[in-house]
Amino acid sequence: MNELVFFINNVVIAGSVTGAIYAIGAIGVTLVFSIMRFAHFAHADIMTFGAFMVLVLTTAFPSVGMSIGVPTALVMLPVAMVITACLAVGIDKAFYKPLRAHGVKPIVMVIASLGVTLILQGMIRLFSGTGGQGLYVDDRKAIFRMLPFENVRVPIVITEPQIYLFAITLVAVIALHLFLSRSRLGKAMRAMSDNPELAQASGINTNTIVAVTWVIAGGLAAIAGTLLSLDVTFKPDLSFFLLLPIFAAAIVGGVGHPFGAVAGGFVVAFAETLAVFNWGVFLRPFRDSLPTWLELPSNLAFVGTEYKIVVPFFILVAILIWRPTGIFKGKVI
Amino acid sequence: MPLIEARDVYGGYGSMNILNGVNMALEAHEVGVIVGPNGAGKSTLLKAIFGLLHVNQGDILLNGAPIQNLPTNQLVERGMGFVPQEKNVFPSLTVQENLEMGAFLKPQNVKRMLGQVYEFFPPLQEKRHQPAGELSGGQRQMVAMGRALMAEPSLLLLDEPTAGLSPLYMNEIFDRVKHINAAGVGILMVEQNAKQALAIADKGFVLAAGQNRFTDTGAALLADPDVAKSFLGG
Repeated sequence: MNELVFFINNVVIAGSVTGAIYAIGAIGVTLVFSIMRFAHFAHADIMTFGAFMVLVLTTAFPSVGMSIGVPTALVMLPVAMVITACLAVGIDKAFYKPLRAHGVKPIVMVIASLGVTLILQGMIRLFSGTGGQGLYVDDRKAIFRMLPFENVRVPIVITEPQIYLFAITLVAVIALHLFLSRSRLGKAMRAMSDNPELAQASGINTNTIVAVTWVIAGGLAAIAGTLLSLDVTFKPDLSFFLLLPIFAAAIVGGVGHPFGAVAGGFVVAFAETLAVFNWGVFLRPFRDSLPTWLELPSNLAFVGTEYKIVVPFFILVAILIWRPTGIFKGKVI
Repeated sequence: MPLIEARDVYGGYGSMNILNGVNMALEAHEVGVIVGPNGAGKSTLLKAIFGLLHVNQGDILLNGAPIQNLPTNQLVERGMGFVPQEKNVFPSLTVQENLEMGAFLKPQNVKRMLGQVYEFFPPLQEKRHQPAGELSGGQRQMVAMGRALMAEPSLLLLDEPTAGLSPLYMNEIFDRVKHINAAGVGILMVEQNAKQALAIADKGFVLAAGQNRFTDTGAALLADPDVAKSFLGG
């Protein structure tokens, strides 16, 4: 039973945490693609910016959360979401809109977004320093240990920010679903994703839809970056390293499908955790009955933890070769 | 004063003119039909009226006010609806969502207009929760026309509404066009099925090489042996 708990801790919980973060990141990428038809590489650094805003606000007002019993970082999250949404709209106005007005090819937009990535990362580094900083300034992370079975020595471990992460992810995904399926603007967004010319011919102001898309993408990026930094610590290049898995998630799910992005996020995350999981632990109980010439290696993972980043890369290549439209028949990039 | 009028319009893509001085005028509540050989500039004229391509010279007047080169969403606000020939629905949106998008600028009208559009196109009501991409060509055309009607236009522009449809649906669409017009909407359409279209037209415009060749009532054009010989296949 200890092995099962080990599996739950290292695969089920770890995979879900990573999956939730990939999912929220990938939704932003997929929304921007479906409205503006380009791969927005600066998305990860907008995530970092959101987390950095939370860090700044939390450092400035460290005791706000104490009074209501929530980590201050989470109290500051909505404010950071608004600031990040404004940043996203501002970046669009400054960098992408002039390019769009000239009718450039999508690849030019992609290169521009790489430039934005460098600017953002440099700016954040300038103010935050290069080291890691905890977002939990007011108190320590609560850690919950559960002993689900009798005669088990290792407990299932889940931390407070992880619980918040699952709750916030659920709320964000449901809110997005309601927005896209019920609200007038949400439907107009889907319409524009389907057929921009016809959306315009219907009287939909496409500039408004573009702005709304950036607001949502920015807000979600702030959530993803903050939750990630809460789970570990804030670093200026933390989200940047998630760029590849997030794009893999968006493509696996089918670009342009917000719920595909959620599914893709969990697929990529679980593929990662399963690939680095030490399957040897399941053989350990049978160690005594194994023939003596067969020695159990200490680590039986598909790839070493340090090569984790290879997994989304492999998934990305595989999906582009065998199913370029992703699980939910998205657009082909 | 005509509902829509084109005065000596030159226009096309870039500086290349496809329209070389077209004139066209349609009174309110009339059906106007633009016919002519391929490449005559029929669809181009429709697109120029809806601001989708640049008018290099001449005037386009809606209720007497110049509208050439205005952005399309302003034209929708001023009472124009446009149904493109191809890609005229939002495939992943349901039929009802497609229609709602037509009333994007007038959200307070959605309920009332949905009722009216479902009256014009009864088959759409039972399919209202189905994605428009799953419908047949004829039903899609109905969705597209319904979407344009949702904004309560005073002028509806239809670009070859019967292209690629079976004769059964073709008759159905012409029949619907007559109904919509009877409800007070002016209609300007480009058609390949010239005989059928001219039969329901108050005015017909025969274009060739971006210029007017014949302009008359639909009935007169149908009866004109010259028109019949050169444009209606004898």
